[in-house]
Amino acid sequence: MDVIQYNFNVEKDDFDRAGEASSNIKKILRQLGIDAAIIRRIAIATYEAEINIVIHSLGGEIDLEVDPGCIKITAKDRGPGIANIDLAMQEGYSTASDKVREMGFGAGMGLPNMKKCSDKFEVKSELGIGTAITMIMFI
Amino acid sequence: MKISEMKELLCAEILCGEELENSEVNYGFGSDLMSDVLAYVNGRTVLLTGLINTQVIRTAEMADLTAIIFVRGKKPEQDLINLAMENNIVLMLTKDTMYTASGKLYSSGLQGIQIDC
Repeated sequence: MDVIQYNFNVEKDDFDRAGEASSNIKKILRQLGIDAAIIRRIAIATYEAEINIVIHSLGGEIDLEVDPGCIKITAKDRGPGIANIDLAMQEGYSTASDKVREMGFGAGMGLPNMKKCSDKFEVKSELGIGTAITMIMFI
Repeated sequence: MKISEMKELLCAEILCGEELENSEVNYGFGSDLMSDVLAYVNGRTVLLTGLINTQVIRTAEMADLTAIIFVRGKKPEQDLINLAMENNIVLMLTKDTMYTASGKLYSSGLQGIQIDC
């Protein structure tokens, strides 16, 4: 199998379209015949990352790379960055607004859940520049 | 528990996915927190919620949920119903509150999910 790559833009505050990138990624992986349980983990982790870009950043993008042995999701945004990654990784810690909480998010579960769904997980962030999350799932 | 049985127990209206009436769900989960759904729910589950925004459907799509029951009579917009149809997710509407609806389903044998603490 060749390496397959896709790129999706994610706009800030666009709650109507939030989830479209993850939905497209899920459909692509299904067409490729990836195992359903793995697709589910990837879809959930990607969606959490996509929601984070929508609610916390100035916009960003999600890259999907399918290699013969693994699937790599990279979620990069332009924005404020994360001041304290250790704190952000704690379940229950969130800086989300009330509006976001009313939509059912901002419970401080996003980053821990992305890590739980991934075989390899890395978050890099620079204040005032943005955040990049890399998630790898073996197939 | 079958979708059709839940419909009867909750005097629910099926908004879409009627053709899946005979599908079975193994667990029920009640929450307005989509973060919790994404973190804990795993397949063949019905979600009971009072939220009626698009992200509820997206959450269900990602987590492979079978059905969603909107409680206390809150009816979602048509575009949300269309999105559920595209993803083969059954949508139901009941006048019961979250507590009452959950209680009726649980006492009729629908289990909750197990969470390791």
